Amino acid sequence: MKRREGLAKLTGRERYVDDLRPSVDGRGRALWAATVRSSVARGRIRSVRFDPAIDWDAFVVVDHRDIPGRNVVKLIADDQPVLAADRVRHVHEPILLLAHPSRSALRRAVRAVTIDIEPESPIFDVCVPPTPEQVQHGTDHPHQEPGQENVFKRLAVDKGDVDAAFAAAAHIVDGTYATGSQEHVYLEPQGVIAHIEGEGDDDVVVVSGSMQCPFYVQGALMMALDREAERVRVVQTSTGGGFGGKEEFPSGLAIHAALLALKARRPVKLIYDRGEDLEASTKRHPSWVRHRTALDADGRLLAQDIDIVMDAGAYVTLSPVVLSRGVIHAAGPYRCANVRIRGRCVLSNRVPFGAFRGFGAPQTLFACERHMDRIAHQLGLDPVSLRRVNLLRDGDSTATSQTIRDGSDRSAVIDQALAMAGWYEKRAAHRAFNATEPWLRRGIGLAVFHHGAGFTGSGEVYLDSRVAVAGLPDGRVEVLTAATEMGQGTITVFTQLAADRLGLPPEDVLIAQPDTARVPDSGPTVASRTAMIVGRLVERACDDLRDRLGLGPEASSGDAVRRAIIAWHEDYARREQSSRDETRDGGVATSAPPLLGQARYQAPPGVLWDDERYRGDAYGAFAWATYVAEVEVDLRTYSARVIDFVAVQEIGKVLNEVLARGQIQGGVVQGIGWALSESFVWRDGAMANAQLTNYVIPTSDDVPSIRVAFQENPYPHGAQGAKGIGELPMDGPGPAIANAIAAALDVDPCEIPLTPETLMDLIDPIVDDASPLCDADPALNNRPSATEGAHGGLIGS
Amino acid sequence: MASSDLDARSTSTVARPTSPVATITGAPAGDDEMVCGEGSGEDGTDDCIDIEFSLNGESTSVLVNPADRLLDVLRDQLDLTGTKEGCGEGECGACTVILDHLPVNSCLVPAYQVRGRRVETVESLTDEDVAHLHASGATQCGACTPGVAMTARWIVDRPHLLSRHTLRALMAGNLCRCTGYDGIIEGIELDLTAREDAQRGSTG
Ligand code: FES
Ligand code: FES
Repeated sequence: MKRREGLAKLTGRERYVDDLRPSVDGRGRALWAATVRSSVARGRIRSVRFDPAIDWDAFVVVDHRDIPGRNVVKLIADDQPVLAADRVRHVHEPILLLAHPSRSALRRAVRAVTIDIEPESPIFDVCVPPTPEQVQHGTDHPHQEPGQENVFKRLAVDKGDVDAAFAAAAHIVDGTYATGSQEHVYLEPQGVIAHIEGEGDDDVVVVSGSMQCPFYVQGALMMALDREAERVRVVQTSTGGGFGGKEEFPSGLAIHAALLALKARRPVKLIYDRGEDLEASTKRHPSWVRHRTALDADGRLLAQDIDIVMDAGAYVTLSPVVLSRGVIHAAGPYRCANVRIRGRCVLSNRVPFGAFRGFGAPQTLFACERHMDRIAHQLGLDPVSLRRVNLLRDGDSTATSQTIRDGSDRSAVIDQALAMAGWYEKRAAHRAFNATEPWLRRGIGLAVFHHGAGFTGSGEVYLDSRVAVAGLPDGRVEVLTAATEMGQGTITVFTQLAADRLGLPPEDVLIAQPDTARVPDSGPTVASRTAMIVGRLVERACDDLRDRLGLGPEASSGDAVRRAIIAWHEDYARREQSSRDETRDGGVATSAPPLLGQARYQAPPGVLWDDERYRGDAYGAFAWATYVAEVEVDLRTYSARVIDFVAVQEIGKVLNEVLARGQIQGGVVQGIGWALSESFVWRDGAMANAQLTNYVIPTSDDVPSIRVAFQENPYPHGAQGAKGIGELPMDGPGPAIANAIAAALDVDPCEIPLTPETLMDLIDPIVDDASPLCDADPALNNRPSATEGAHGGLIGS
Repeated sequence: MASSDLDARSTSTVARPTSPVATITGAPAGDDEMVCGEGSGEDGTDDCIDIEFSLNGESTSVLVNPADRLLDVLRDQLDLTGTKEGCGEGECGACTVILDHLPVNSCLVPAYQVRGRRVETVESLTDEDVAHLHASGATQCGACTPGVAMTARWIVDRPHLLSRHTLRALMAGNLCRCTGYDGIIEGIELDLTAREDAQRGSTG
């Protein structure tokens, strides 16, 4: 089935939040909103001054005192203020909100506000231990252990006896790897519209906008506005890309717009332009990962000792969960009896980092897969054989001691990727090419990896997702979920699933707009969970609808379903009529006839997770993949280009070939950008290159065709056997490309992005700074304790 | 039925039933005091000028401020919201329209410059025009799509360009963060082949 809203998008009919023209009759037109932000990374707000040259009466002005509820954006730690009250912790932190009918007047007004901030000592490098005055978190423990300062979250995974395995090892290989931040660059910037319905004590705040998780936004509004769920309604409008960037961040915008709308009693439109979006929104967590690996003489993994540090930025946001996924994926898809993983995310005074496709796994899998190549190189082994020897087989267990028994043929995934890429032929061809070409060098590299779909551990149980499928009076059905369409294909896939399940033609399936007043909470649209988990609930709700209609689960045709739905409604209308005739004065007619099939999440049997010890079944299912990148490096410009890319994955079941392929191709290209070009210029912890001119994402001319293949091995608890795929393609490109560059140049790159500047350092190292990357990693070398013991240094625990 | 903007959106995605969000009405937006566009610069003056041009084949006249961007005039004054702003600085191509014979970034074009010229926007495309792009997966989130569709249209109308440029180079002015570009390139190729076949059919 073709993308259902595709034609509307291709002809410009689809309406996004900025295309909506809010206006309330009799109450004046909508106002535009703007945000006044901190220009200082850390400090105390001394005063806010308004330039008297501006007529401020014409503006709606909101500060922290206008917040009816708690001044926090509700999330894991509730530490981030809606509007800074007395201190700021990062540049671009929101302090004041303005609204006015004219956008140009607003722009002038923003500049006419002077916020005087007394600076305090900020911290921008989490690899350098904070001075006492830089400690901003973790100070409230009376018996504070050293190393706890500014640490938001620590996680540990332990399996077997790592130290004993190291003592017996034939080889030990060490490496530290770093990944840079990344901007989502969803093409539609952040935006919401808020308006108030009704008056007085039962007015309702309505926020419509671009978002992934309407119920997160509703929860945040309830807390900040001190309102019950009934008085806060959130509607997702067509969303122009998310990639995690519209997971938690829109909550803040929604509160801002709502505060202005409540004060003005007029609709308020808050749309970021690209510059503000790049500067102020969350980004991918930068990471530093150190691997120490013990191997036997044949290259079998004996022990993996892994330390992970992530920069969380100024507030907790979702960092603990990002760290968690990073930690769980850090050991890769390999069998190893002894594993120790330590991870922490640490406060800095940078703009907060948040959810981004892959959610920590791309960072730690970069380290893992780059490290596998380093091991192969040091031991003189073929990188493919090294991976094959250690690859998880059915019956083996992961780092969290989750036994894998899904019947997937993981080595067949490697085989297909190598065959498609022409791995061995190309390696030979590259040797000849590199020997004769004066300026160009080619190489090929691979990454073997996995990605767990759905919330981690018991997360799905806590989410307690619910889905409904309504039978409508005309015999069609409507699927009611909170799952949002942001380009990944929710509308199309849910249509397909419900149509298949009920035997109806797709046009008889409606997909409800995610609206907290209409749809049940089926959880957030994140973590590659929509098709696999929510899709499965859609199927079960369809079955429930059938049951309620007295139809068996087996193949009663779509016609029978439609007839039964129509008959149910006719019967319902008759009963309503007769009860109305009986009571004469007529009860209140119920507006929504309750013909609903419903489903609620149930954990697959036998899934056990121990959150205390971080052990057990971390995910219901993993997708398995092998990606191969071929690169060409120009020694004159130091620029690397991907000239071929092959992505092979086992994803359970392909629900829609075009959509699935598009997800993989788009994710791979986003990964290519992260690996090669998307580098940041940081100034005071904020993005100084906040324009698409100098934050460089790939164009069509920068990337080759991404060649994709799927293998299927149905997952019994996913919709039609599907496993999640949304995030998977983000994991492979970074390491595959770095490995290809390593092969092309015979260098050992340890960080991405591999921009021309970084490559120049690798190719022509400056003498003093022989290897500016791994070995000079500040986390390891900038501290005297770095060399003390296996776990010394900040990257220890 | 309420004429709400959110309703309009709902019907545009055929999959959605009528949304009950009714208080957001479809009245034109903009500034209370706005006579013409307010300009993208800081010091837009109130001197509006009347310009006439051809818009999607129809002669159109509109009052603009010299500082107004074509993008805003299309979106805010003419209510053609298909054209999107992705960056506002000429980098992303989401705002692409065809001006006379060339694709341009309408965020960089002062509106008065289109006086007497021909402007085509995404609203000029029919479902048939974009059928191949639809089939190949050229759109995901859709934010880049109006611009992509216009550049694609421009290329397909000028296949001779491909003797000197690759499709990938011709499309490089339109950033897309979702598709990885294969769906877009494939859709244009399908379109080009279909045109060729049709021409061969009509001449042979
Ligand atoms: S909005 Fe015009 S090029 Fe991006
Ligand atoms: S489809 Fe989303 S940016 Fe192109």
